[in-house]
Amino acid sequence: MTQLPTHTEKKLGLVIDLDTCVGCHACVISCKGWNTENYGAPLSDQNPYGADPSGTFLNRVHSYEVTPDEGAAMTVHFPKSCLHCEDAPCVTVCPTGASYKRVEDGIVLVNESDCIGCGLCAWACPYGAREMDRAEGVMKKCTLCVDRIYNENLPEIDREPACVRTCPAGARHFGDLGDETSDVSKLVAERGGMDLMPELGTKPVNKYLPPRPKDDQIDILAPFLETVAEEPTGFLGWLDKTLERIG
Amino acid sequence: MSQPVIDLSPKVSDEIRKTTCYMCACRCGINVHMKDSKVAYIEGNRDHPVNQGVLCAKGSAGIMQHNAPSRLTAPMKRTGPRGSGEFETITWDEAYDIATGILKPIRESAPEKLAFFTGRDQSQSFTSLWAQGFGTPNYAAHGGFCSVNMAAAGIYTMGGAFWEFGQPDWDRTKMVMIFGVAEDHDSNPIKMGLGKVKARGAKVYGVNPIRSGYNAVADEWVGITPGTDGLFILSLVHELFKAGKLDLDYLAQFTNAPVLVNGDEKSEDFGLLMRDKDNKLMVMDRATGKPAAFDAKGVKPDLAGSLREAGISHRSVFQHMAEKYLDPQYAPEAVAERTGITADRIKRIAAELADVAFNQSIELDREWTDFRGHKHTKMVGRPVSFHAMRGISAHANGFQTCRALHVLQIILGSVETPGGMRFKPPYPKPPEAHPKPHYGVTPGQALDGPHLGFTHGPDDLCLKEDGSPARIDKAFTWENPMSSHGMMHMVISNAHAGDPYKIDTLFMYMANMSWNSSMNTRGVIEMLTDQDADGNYVIPNIIYSDAYSSEMVAYADLILPDTTYLERHDCISLLDRPICEADAVADAIRWPVVEPDRDVKGFQSALCDLGARLGLPGFVNEDGSQKYKDYADYITNHIRRPGVGPLAGFRGDGDDHGRGDSNPDQLDRYIENGGFWMEHVPEDAAFYKPWNMNYQDWAVKKSFFDKTMPYLFNLYVEPMRKFQLAAEGHGTRQPPDHLRERIKATMDPLPIWYSNEDENKVDEYPITALTQRPMAMYHSWGSQNAWLRQIHGHNPLYVPQRIWDDNSFSEGDWARVTSPHGEITVPVALQKALNDNTVWTWNAIGKRKGAWALEEDAPETTKGFLLNHLIHELLPPKGDGLRWANSDPITGQAAWFDLKVRISKAAPPAHNQSQPEVEAQASPVGTGPSKLAWKVGK
Repeated sequence: MTQLPTHTEKKLGLVIDLDTCVGCHACVISCKGWNTENYGAPLSDQNPYGADPSGTFLNRVHSYEVTPDEGAAMTVHFPKSCLHCEDAPCVTVCPTGASYKRVEDGIVLVNESDCIGCGLCAWACPYGAREMDRAEGVMKKCTLCVDRIYNENLPEIDREPACVRTCPAGARHFGDLGDETSDVSKLVAERGGMDLMPELGTKPVNKYLPPRPKDDQIDILAPFLETVAEEPTGFLGWLDKTLERIG
Repeated sequence: MSQPVIDLSPKVSDEIRKTTCYMCACRCGINVHMKDSKVAYIEGNRDHPVNQGVLCAKGSAGIMQHNAPSRLTAPMKRTGPRGSGEFETITWDEAYDIATGILKPIRESAPEKLAFFTGRDQSQSFTSLWAQGFGTPNYAAHGGFCSVNMAAAGIYTMGGAFWEFGQPDWDRTKMVMIFGVAEDHDSNPIKMGLGKVKARGAKVYGVNPIRSGYNAVADEWVGITPGTDGLFILSLVHELFKAGKLDLDYLAQFTNAPVLVNGDEKSEDFGLLMRDKDNKLMVMDRATGKPAAFDAKGVKPDLAGSLREAGISHRSVFQHMAEKYLDPQYAPEAVAERTGITADRIKRIAAELADVAFNQSIELDREWTDFRGHKHTKMVGRPVSFHAMRGISAHANGFQTCRALHVLQIILGSVETPGGMRFKPPYPKPPEAHPKPHYGVTPGQALDGPHLGFTHGPDDLCLKEDGSPARIDKAFTWENPMSSHGMMHMVISNAHAGDPYKIDTLFMYMANMSWNSSMNTRGVIEMLTDQDADGNYVIPNIIYSDAYSSEMVAYADLILPDTTYLERHDCISLLDRPICEADAVADAIRWPVVEPDRDVKGFQSALCDLGARLGLPGFVNEDGSQKYKDYADYITNHIRRPGVGPLAGFRGDGDDHGRGDSNPDQLDRYIENGGFWMEHVPEDAAFYKPWNMNYQDWAVKKSFFDKTMPYLFNLYVEPMRKFQLAAEGHGTRQPPDHLRERIKATMDPLPIWYSNEDENKVDEYPITALTQRPMAMYHSWGSQNAWLRQIHGHNPLYVPQRIWDDNSFSEGDWARVTSPHGEITVPVALQKALNDNTVWTWNAIGKRKGAWALEEDAPETTKGFLLNHLIHELLPPKGDGLRWANSDPITGQAAWFDLKVRISKAAPPAHNQSQPEVEAQASPVGTGPSKLAWKVGK
């Protein structure tokens, strides 16, 4: 069993806008590229050119259909990666202490040299956010690009997770959700940001902004356009008068 | 408990090399991080005008494309029969000898016997120059089977179109409506734009039968019935006319709405626009009540104008429009059933458009002067914007539908105004500023001018003296008079049929014609392999260039292996398909950030070598020696017009931009600058560009054109009327009788809507079948990419609830899908967010066994499938013995989305193999590795 810190100085995390995410998978591949080349073992792929290819991804986009009681079905794109929970069950279940939550910023990491690949953490995570790398036999998970966000070899503007930097629609935001004055906290407050499965008590740091209401703007009281003419002769009469008026 | 110490500042890379992406046609700027001289990581370039730092899934997966096992490694000569995939490796000298041996005699005797078609080429201003030098009229790229309707309708109507030519004013628009937008065009800018619009809380409308991607995030989804977009749009136009919600001032000043139309039914000019003795378009002047030249100083063009002469009334275009669009056939009630959109909803959308355009208009305090010399103190904007792509254009009524959309934009006054749609330099340009098509062939000499262009009447058609088509694809003939991009989808079919004539050599680049890039895939395979009585191939020689082991490779006799996009020089040129933004002119390069480790060569460099060996004008010096040693040499030193070359930046001594002498250090300057050049459009030139003399003067300075050319938007497209007049019997160049009625019916100079359902046998095949390209995949390329194929490795046929229930489908079922042309058996999946009468699948996921270095049991080759087997390049026979192309009758655009099918439950095929199964081809490159863990750094 591994202990969680009682308090973290920051609560770094992501705010993901489900109203804007077009499901393009840019974040998925940017993450794959950065984390293959950086933190720990590369993210491997089995059968990459064969039947049933399967590789390690720290971030995946799922698409769901939502069918309201009335009106057309909707499609929701749902990117999912580690939520860096405050009460992270994947940490407390770890038998070697390899899984831990950082005191400075709350990022949940795996120390790969201590990981024995037992998979208990993946089993404990209710979000399915951890993936065992089959080539290396170690557990992989989102690091919130801990090797980017403080990296002095990167220009300051680039010190954010790869998925946030690349998101074309601007649907991903990064910041300190422990600080009420941060941009991400304000965004969560404005848009009614939500926890994923709050009933589990994991207290995820990442938040999701819900899709805004759609297709519901058919206001039967809203005025249709007023008719000035039904047929060409009437229209030309109206046109002449209007042109006179505007000179 | 202590935490592990980790390195928070690891070295990111040894060096960043900035070049241009080629994972799709969007052409974003990328930072390629190098470690140990290898590509380690790719991210977006923040300074680049197209993507401003972001990058899509394809772009980030470029590292897997660059290292794909499917890369060709050396020139090859076919050893087995065509289609087998059996080759032997040869040297480049041998390859050039073979190519020269084939091409030289053709050029000296009959250059038209070479058909050179270049697919998804991004170097058309170069490849077309090569083809002109060769002297064949048979050249085009892939536009004809892609989105020529969108491009041509835009140019003819308003001197520019969407994507490369224009974009919504993302920063100011208050409402965006997107129609039939493929998820990959224009990939990142649309996502960035939608993100901005949604962040402001402005409304996004998605008009599309399928609610995925952009349509999933649209605030309102209009799940229209495919092929009826034009009817919906004209119904909106009807509503706006009926309510008088029209930008009358804009229409009067900047469009041909006030121009008089000849009303004399007996005249040879009936229906043509009236001109004065100086050949200027004529309007009635409200100030004087007399006719006047449209551009005369102080003239107030009268929208309601009419001129009575010799008992005949010549009425304005606008009067004709009122008559046409107030007709009850366009009333919401009349179109509701057909479009699948209720009448009330159409009325509400019209009301919203009018509300945003006229009640929420924008004013920028920027002074500008129009072409009549009138000074304006403000730039007034109508902040509704539109974007559209293949969904509305790939129908046989696509040209008129795209025109209708532009007319809607224009009557709202929203084109080139703040918050509306904005052109990108070097557009706008009037249609007359583009070349006309050329086809003058002289053996041993260059063609008499550029191949592709814009026709303005029967005189511009590419017809031989006997009236037969001059081009192998029959572009610019009475069958498709305005086929501005050529008709690549007809080349193989026509060459095989010897209609209009036989050819000797098919030379292609980057076009997977034996698979996903052709209609009637099985038929095309048979045409490519068909032999005559003597055992010779009916299409005698096929030369092909590709970087990868595509399906088409197997059908070539000679393969010229191209490089990956990180190993080559390219220019993204203003002479070609530009990458500018509305506020900036820009061009860019690719350069070899790594050298090839195989015996391959950029195709354009190979053309420099081959052009010299053939002695093509423009490719040899006066002494006959090779003019350009490679493509980089051409990019740097080619002069198109005085002071104008392929790249506009860093000319002369490096400080000239737009015009200047060639600069030997130009490519280095681009590399230093991040791979691109950019200059902002001056603020007072940023809107109203077709009429704004501040813009016009700046555009001349920057080399977009050589003299100012303000023009009116063409609500009424007069060249179409000229083709109609010919069909009515006027003039010396006459269409064949069997086409007269169709030309009269379809070439209406004002947008109309017509149905092609009957021709596709809608009574027997009531469901429309579509394809879409996913955002994370580009055509065939993605499936060789180890990362992307894990996202899109499967393509079931998506079926809406109604059809799902009617057939009692359940998960894992298979369906037989039948069209007038063929039948396929494929896996189905339920999608509720889908038009009731539509099925669809992802484009080009299905692969042939043996291609793309995939293993033979890859899901792309087993369950994957193509709808192409169901689509014929010809319409079902009409009993008149004629071959009617499955194309738009105006532009020749391939009508992919007119496909009608019926569907029924089927037993799972043996081995769960989608049908038809095409036999395997041998892979010249083997298959990829069984494991990957791609880390190049230590």
